[in-house]
Amino acid sequence: MKLPTWFHKLASPPHFYRLAGAMAPWFLWSSVLLIAVGAYGGLVLAPPDYQQGDGFRIIYVHVPSAYLSTLVYAIMATAAGIGLIWRMKLAHAVAAAAAPVGAWFTFLALVTGAIWGKPMWGTYWEWDPRLTSELILLFLYLGYISLRQAYDDPGKADRASAVLALVGVVNLPIIHYSVIWWSSIHQGPTIKKLDAPSITMEMAWPLFTMIIAYTLFFAAMLLQRVRAEVLDRERNARWVAEVVQLPAEGR
Amino acid sequence: MNLGRAMLAVLRRDLQLAYRRWGDVASPLMFFAIVTALFPLALSPRAEDLQAIGPGVLWIGALLAMLLSLNALFRQDLEDGSMELLVIGPQPLPLIMLCKSVGHWLVAGLPLIALAPVLAVTYHLPVDAVLALCATLLLGTPTLSLLGSVGAALTAGVRQSGGLLALLVLPLCLPVLMFGARATALAGDGEDITGPLFLLAAFLVLAVSLVPVTAAAAIRVSLD
Repeated sequence: MKLPTWFHKLASPPHFYRLAGAMAPWFLWSSVLLIAVGAYGGLVLAPPDYQQGDGFRIIYVHVPSAYLSTLVYAIMATAAGIGLIWRMKLAHAVAAAAAPVGAWFTFLALVTGAIWGKPMWGTYWEWDPRLTSELILLFLYLGYISLRQAYDDPGKADRASAVLALVGVVNLPIIHYSVIWWSSIHQGPTIKKLDAPSITMEMAWPLFTMIIAYTLFFAAMLLQRVRAEVLDRERNARWVAEVVQLPAEGR
Repeated sequence: MNLGRAMLAVLRRDLQLAYRRWGDVASPLMFFAIVTALFPLALSPRAEDLQAIGPGVLWIGALLAMLLSLNALFRQDLEDGSMELLVIGPQPLPLIMLCKSVGHWLVAGLPLIALAPVLAVTYHLPVDAVLALCATLLLGTPTLSLLGSVGAALTAGVRQSGGLLALLVLPLCLPVLMFGARATALAGDGEDITGPLFLLAAFLVLAVSLVPVTAAAAIRVSLD
C-alpha cells in the first residue's frame, strides 16, 4: 500500500518533534479555555436534575474521562498496529506515550463513577458489566505498560506490546455495548442518540464542550509525551544534541 | 515433511516431554486440589455454603492451575533453540502454535477435567452441576490454553514473567470464567444451560481461528 508523502514526513523524528512542539500549546490553551467554559456552563448555568439534584454535575468529569479512556485505547491500538505493520518507530512512540494517559483517564472514570454511585445507587461499586469491563480496560493498560517495562530492548518492547494492544481491542465493543446487551445498573447512553437525545440542551452543551476540551487536552498531553519519548529514543542522534544544546562531551 | 505429519510430530514431542517429566503434569493437579481444599477450611464447611461457592471456586482453581503451567509453555523451546527451527521451518507458524496449545491442553487441561468431578463432590454439588462443570470445563479450558499461549509467547523472553503473565492473560479469560462458573451454578439450580454452553463453544471457535495467528506474531517478537 502506498502512503502519502506527508505521512512519511511525519515519521521523521526531528520533523515531528518540531511540528508537535508548535501544535501542543494551541491544543493546551484551547482545552483550558473550553474547560473553563464547560465548567461554568455545567456547574452554574445548567439546571439541577429533577431526580439527582446537583449530584448529577459530576457527569461533566465522569463522561469525558470514560469517553477518553476508550478513545485513547483505540488511538493507542491504531498506532501500535501502524507500527507493527509498516515498522514505523514513531507510531510505536505514540502508542507508548498514550498508554499512561489512557490509564489515568480510566482510573478517573472509575473513581468519579464510584463517587457518583454512592449517593445515587447507594454503593461505590457494583459488579456490573460496564463497571467490570472498564476495570478490565484499566488492567489492559497496566498490562501494556508492564510488558513494555519488562523488555530491555526497546524494539522488542514496541512489537510485543503492540501485539498485546491489538489483542485488547476486543474489550472496546464490550464496554460500549455492555449497557445495551445486559440489563445493567448503569444508565444507558444519553448523548449518543443524536436524533432524540435523552438530555436537555441546557445540560448537554456543557457536556459536549467538556468532551471536546478533554480530547484537546489529551492531544496536547500526547504531543508533549511523544516529544519526550522521541528525545529519549533518539538520544544518540545529532539533531537531539542540537535541540537540547548539550555540549558534545556531556552526552 | 507434509503439514499433517509436522503438526503431529510437534504434538507428539510435547506429549512425550510431559510423559517423561511427570512432575510438570502433576503440579497443576495438586495445585488445583489444594486451592479448592483451602476454601472450605477458610470460609465454612457447611454444605449450603459450599454448594453456593463451589462452581466459582472450582472454575477459579482450574483457571489458576492452567495459568501455573503456562509459564513453561515456550521457555524450554526458546532456550534449547527448537522454537527457532519451528519458526524458520516451512510449515505455517500459526498451525504449529495451534499444536502447542492443543498439547498444553492435553497435558494441563484434560487432567483437571478428570479431577474436577471428584472435587465437586467434596463441595456437595448436585449431579446436574457436576455434569455442567465437566461440560463447561471441556468447552472452556481449550480457550484458556489458546489465550494463555499468546501471553506465554509475549513473556517468553522476559525475566520474572509469572506476575506479568497473570496480568496479561487473566483479563482476557474473564468471559470464559464468567460463563463457565455461572452456567455450573445455574445447572445446580435446575436451569437450562444450553445458552452459556453455546456461548462457550463460540468463544472456543473464535479462539481457535484468531489466537494462533496472534501467538505466532508474538513468538516471532520474542525470538529476534
